[in-house]
Amino acid sequence: MSALTALTLAEARDGLHARQFSATELTAAHVAAIEAARPLNAFITETAERALDAAAAADQRLGRGEGGALEGLPLAIKDLFCTRGVATTAGSRILDGFVPTYESTVTARLWAAGAVLLGKLNLDEFAMGSSTESSCFGTTINPWRRAGDATPLVAGGSSGGSSAAVAAGLCLGATGTDTGGSIRQPAAFTGIVGLKPSYGRCSRFGIVAFASSLDQAGPMTRTVRDAAILLGTMAGHDPQDSTSVPAPVPDYEAALTGDVRGLRIGVPREYRVDGMAPEIETLWQQGVAWLKAAGATIVEVSLPHTHHALPAYYIVAPAEASSNLARYDGVRFGLRVPGGTLDEMYENTRGAGFGREVKRRILIGTYVLSHGYYDAYYLRAQKLRSLIAGDFAQAFAAVDAILTPTTPSPAFALGENSDDPVAMYLNDVFTVTANLAGLPALSVPAGRAANGLPLGLQLIGRAFDEARLLNIGYALEQAAGPAPKPARWWEAA
Amino acid sequence: MNALIDGTNGPWEMVIGLEVHAQVTSEAKLFSGAATAFGAPPNTQVSLVDAGFPGMLPVINARCVAQAVRTGLGLKATINHHSVFDRKNYFYADLPQGYQISQYLQPIVGKGSLILDMPDGSSREIGITRLHLEQDAGKSLHDQHPSLSFIDLNRSGIALMEIVSEPDMRTAEEAGLYLTKLRAILRYLGTCDGNMEEGSMRADVNVSVRRPGDAFGTRCEIKNVNSIRFVKQAIEYEARRQIAILEDGGTIHQETRLYDAGKGVTRSMRSKEDAHDYRYFPDPDLLPLVLEPAWVEALKADLPELPDEKKARLIADYGLKPYDAWVLVAEREQAAFFEAVARGRDARLAASWVMGDFFAMLNRLGKTVTDSPVSADALGGLLDLIADNTLSGRLAKEVFEAMIETGQPAAAIVEERGLRQVTDSGAIAGAIDAVLTRNADKVAEYRAGKDKLFGFFVGQVMKATAGKANPAAVNELLKARLG
Amino acid sequence: MSVDPETVKRIARLARIRVDQDELAGFAAELNGILGFIEQLASVPVDQVPAMTSGVDLALPWRADQVTDGGNPEIVLANAPGRMEGFYTVPKVVE
Repeated sequence: MSALTALTLAEARDGLHARQFSATELTAAHVAAIEAARPLNAFITETAERALDAAAAADQRLGRGEGGALEGLPLAIKDLFCTRGVATTAGSRILDGFVPTYESTVTARLWAAGAVLLGKLNLDEFAMGSSTESSCFGTTINPWRRAGDATPLVAGGSSGGSSAAVAAGLCLGATGTDTGGSIRQPAAFTGIVGLKPSYGRCSRFGIVAFASSLDQAGPMTRTVRDAAILLGTMAGHDPQDSTSVPAPVPDYEAALTGDVRGLRIGVPREYRVDGMAPEIETLWQQGVAWLKAAGATIVEVSLPHTHHALPAYYIVAPAEASSNLARYDGVRFGLRVPGGTLDEMYENTRGAGFGREVKRRILIGTYVLSHGYYDAYYLRAQKLRSLIAGDFAQAFAAVDAILTPTTPSPAFALGENSDDPVAMYLNDVFTVTANLAGLPALSVPAGRAANGLPLGLQLIGRAFDEARLLNIGYALEQAAGPAPKPARWWEAA
Repeated sequence: MNALIDGTNGPWEMVIGLEVHAQVTSEAKLFSGAATAFGAPPNTQVSLVDAGFPGMLPVINARCVAQAVRTGLGLKATINHHSVFDRKNYFYADLPQGYQISQYLQPIVGKGSLILDMPDGSSREIGITRLHLEQDAGKSLHDQHPSLSFIDLNRSGIALMEIVSEPDMRTAEEAGLYLTKLRAILRYLGTCDGNMEEGSMRADVNVSVRRPGDAFGTRCEIKNVNSIRFVKQAIEYEARRQIAILEDGGTIHQETRLYDAGKGVTRSMRSKEDAHDYRYFPDPDLLPLVLEPAWVEALKADLPELPDEKKARLIADYGLKPYDAWVLVAEREQAAFFEAVARGRDARLAASWVMGDFFAMLNRLGKTVTDSPVSADALGGLLDLIADNTLSGRLAKEVFEAMIETGQPAAAIVEERGLRQVTDSGAIAGAIDAVLTRNADKVAEYRAGKDKLFGFFVGQVMKATAGKANPAAVNELLKARLG
Repeated sequence: MSVDPETVKRIARLARIRVDQDELAGFAAELNGILGFIEQLASVPVDQVPAMTSGVDLALPWRADQVTDGGNPEIVLANAPGRMEGFYTVPKVVE
């Protein structure tokens, strides 16, 4: 392991500006780390050559005293963002051979700020999953292991390639997307920071859609400061996305004072779910204690419709997905499996191109939208969304942010939850509410389970209040002390 | 017009409703910045949005919204200040997203009406159910290759207005008048060019039959008929087909049919029978379409004069008969031409010339008002020469023919060819004297009571003056001389 | 509500996903598991509740009517599994 890959994004940025090392050295160190970490299966596509070219160009700009906010900083991108000239797979066979002729808005903003693309990261197929086990490129392995136990664990999902790569020091930061928890759950599973911004904060243009009314891109980093820096570049209004909100982007990094005195933090009683591990409860209490000690006021709040969130989510998300995935038909891009007729070609292509979980969700989504069921399922779920958003609106009249655990358990072993889809869905129980209500939510590493695995605490904020949310997260991060790093077992493998 | 069809055991009545897809006049598509021009090489007017690429998102074109609202106002319809775009999900090779963005439960325009101008001069009101905005699909070509269909997405994503009528029409003729009137309104508004040959306006026709006074029968929908003539033919055929089945003791199955213009028949479209379940839901890539009342009011204040108002004004200002007024109004350019001719002149004379000799000339030459060889000014000049007695009606027709051939103004032709009519009574009297002298025998017969010889004398006088004598003066003087 | 293999077949057909006969029962069981889980929503009274269809409560933004895109068929055809003479190609559709 190189000292350069141990840096935070902020440290690397400052080191580049101070000419302590070059962007080329920084990128080369990460390229080497990626090669050494192939057993983690974090990357679907590595773009080392392009990265080194970009780093050289960044060095030139830095040498002239120029460069953007992320000049020369090597990042990796969840393979759900379309990248011009670089294969984009969504973790699916159905995008076999697809090389976009266009760039997503979020990645375009990163490159315009000088960031360097290291490669594309593994994910659950079409971001549908909580473990990356549904990726057609195989499961990403968590850099963390249970103490004294070499059982491979999942890195969470769907942004499991992102979480593993950031936790293992393969990139300074990564992008993720979060539809029901896909940034925050893998962040919690790997001991990193993950932020799902408010719906409409980052453009969805050029990101392969899963559930359009819930999807949101966000940063995954090793520190809260790094998340603030990345969000500052990723966020902003995009006229190409009708749901992108034309609100100014504040200086998120400048908001990190660590001062939370006088803030009111809500603790929702409904998040004490049955069967929650005692260590999760302990972690939560620890978070409460830290914030109290930092000068915040803790207030119990009620979010009475919380337990309806997960079922509502598992109607809305598959319904939208069933329609969003109709375009994968073998006509204009990706896989085509021949058939005698047009319909046979469709059925063969989609039958062979989609994996089991994706098919399952398309079928459920098709069913709940089909004639005679719309009112009972989809419409009802959208009404529950109103109730859930209403709960939050009421709570935020009294508090500035809400503190919960990110996940009901630490990372689990490969295959542990894959027999029962509903058991897998329960991973999202604390995270889906923020997606349904369109609110920003941040997962911060905040301790370890008895078996040594990292755990995360979640902060949910008011819409477009990311700056305050990050600052509270920063206070938590400082209270928790330096986050431990996983042993680099894969380098010996 | 007899609305009923005779059956073997009693009359039948047709019930007809129309769903018209009118292409919105705009530079760019409804949800993308690709161009809309007709006839471009394949896939050259296609954005990644229109081709449904991963991650592509729709952004609505403001002009298309305005055009839909203006059309709604032109149809005297309710404008919905809050409307919603839905996805209509189905698979087809020329539907790249796997869904069409349309409006289902909450369209931009609600109930309105349209007035049919019947040939007998009466009017009939047809209800408009709704108007909504939606995307067009691409085009499949099935005859380019033995085993492949070719897909061109140039049309994919172009804005359409679907305008749905109530089932208020009772004859094929009425359906034709409805389409003519709707087309006129759209063209006046400039919201659709109404060009059915290029597919800018296509109709889905719902037809059922019933015994007069009974409840509606089961209907069949004839898809995508692309001319008014074919709509009328398809309705006639379809109604008779249904009557034959019912009179045979059969039942009508609700289905989608296609009109085969070559054979003049409708036939079932089996491909559409495949239990379609469109799974409509609000498009999560779009937000509610909200219209500011002041913006709608401004569009309303800015509407041009529409056919009904123009017709009423032509009747009031020029004393035209209702159906004549409608004939002129049907094409805005025609009405404008008429008004240019009639302004400051005898309106009846103008109407009779425009709708008589002038339209006959256009028909003969296969031209329209816009490329007519005789301008409104030129025709007006001719009418001025009639009004000041320079030309008789007969001479005017001769001058008009010369105007068509030469493009010269009437006055120049009159001068050049000496076609000025003779009104000088001395000259006419001289000609009369000569005729009467030459035909003394006929004068005697006339005076003996053979009245109809009067016409003979008129003819002879006109001949003697090479047709230039003022007919009224000839009549008057002849009567006096023969008296 | 419960899904039988016949229903799975019908919705798979609607979704244009090939599901072989021997897979129908397995999918039916999985879908019933999920439907059983989401069924709990039926008990919540929602008659007076408005539906929330987006994560943001805004009106649709409009763009100007300008041609800003298209004109480059290669961009849209570059990834096509079947293309000929500037068209996409698919198995012949018989109307």
